[in-house]
Amino acid sequence: MVVFHLDRGSGVATYVQLVQQVKHALRLGLLEPGDRLPTAKEVVAELAINPNTVLKAYRELEREGLVAGKPGLGTFVQRTLGGASFAEHARLRKSLNGWIVDAREAGLVQEDVEALFSSVVLDAFRGGERTA
Amino acid sequence: MTDTSVLEATGLGKRYRRKWALRDCSLSVPRGRVVALVGPNGAGKTTLLHLAVGLLAATEGEVRVQGETAFLAQEKPLYSGFSVAEMLKFGRLLNPGWDDEFARRRIDELGLSLTSKVGKLSGGQRAQVALTVALAKRPELLVLDEPLANLDPLARHDVMRGLMGAVADTGMTVLLSSHVMSDLENTCDWLIVLNGGRVQVSGDIDELIAGHRVLSGPVDEAEAVARRVDVIETVGSSRQAALLARTEPVPLGPQWTDRPVNLEELVLAYLRRPDAANLPRPTLATA
Repeated sequence: MVVFHLDRGSGVATYVQLVQQVKHALRLGLLEPGDRLPTAKEVVAELAINPNTVLKAYRELEREGLVAGKPGLGTFVQRTLGGASFAEHARLRKSLNGWIVDAREAGLVQEDVEALFSSVVLDAFRGGERTA
Repeated sequence: MTDTSVLEATGLGKRYRRKWALRDCSLSVPRGRVVALVGPNGAGKTTLLHLAVGLLAATEGEVRVQGETAFLAQEKPLYSGFSVAEMLKFGRLLNPGWDDEFARRRIDELGLSLTSKVGKLSGGQRAQVALTVALAKRPELLVLDEPLANLDPLARHDVMRGLMGAVADTGMTVLLSSHVMSDLENTCDWLIVLNGGRVQVSGDIDELIAGHRVLSGPVDEAEAVARRVDVIETVGSSRQAALLARTEPVPLGPQWTDRPVNLEELVLAYLRRPDAANLPRPTLATA
């Protein structure tokens, strides 16, 4: 089950943080179709946040077709996110890792790598919105 | 009173001798919300809460509340010579709708003993017992005056978790006053700002946050930007200016940045500008 956390100083609305954390877990395969999300009561008892915030996050995920609420039972994952299978993920992670080793050998520090990576991602996806 | 509101005040005012503690207060608290009532000391928060629960009579106007109401005063009145069990019995005798099973279960879940003397409990435990007594009345509206005052951070978190859990269980409406903004962020979803005895802001917190931004840039261009947006507060050094404004994202010059506000900045900006108001408008009015 997904475990939520809060970044209180981030300036990102709490319900958006919850939505992002579910999507992140879906992309990484930590949540799969059929998995139940924690109830509002469970999240609230952990994080001391407003239950309406949890419900708002779940409504947003429902609107995007990622989860579905079943009355009396809970909220369940409907589909995964990410364009490729997890085998593909493993392959891509390996080749990306190779690239990062290369970048470090070339003298780039973490911030340089992140800046370069985001810039290339931005260029590659500009104009053509292909992924969810 | 509309179906969706549990508390409605119209032209509400309270005068003590010649001084108005609260004036022209009109507001509506939507059902199922957790409402933060904030404002500086002496702004009229406690007066408004006491009027709402009927502990005070209004000098003018009216306030109407729908359904069972429970009130937790700032001093969390408990009898220190009583045991926890006697506190619950006291609640049972005074309240026809008392849910004794709930009260006992909650005391048990908190790890408290029914035989403990209230006077021997920690501040956090006393707050939890007082909250249990209020919740066991099964109110539709729970009103709390500074519920977290004088509690350590761990106890604050525990009391808030208990309160939010009760909201998740029952869907009740909560109206709580505080002047510690960090306690309210993430727990409240509706904001009422009282300032100088008047309601200055009333609205959905997410909408308020989404409707305001902080724009920062060169001080010599600030005036031009300020003409295009509704500025609540300007903070400036000799070179850089930061404008907290009620605005959608707007295109700005290359030296300008634009970031979201947080709840505390928003409240402070309004409190420093008592003439600025952000109240629900008729739906047809333009922004």
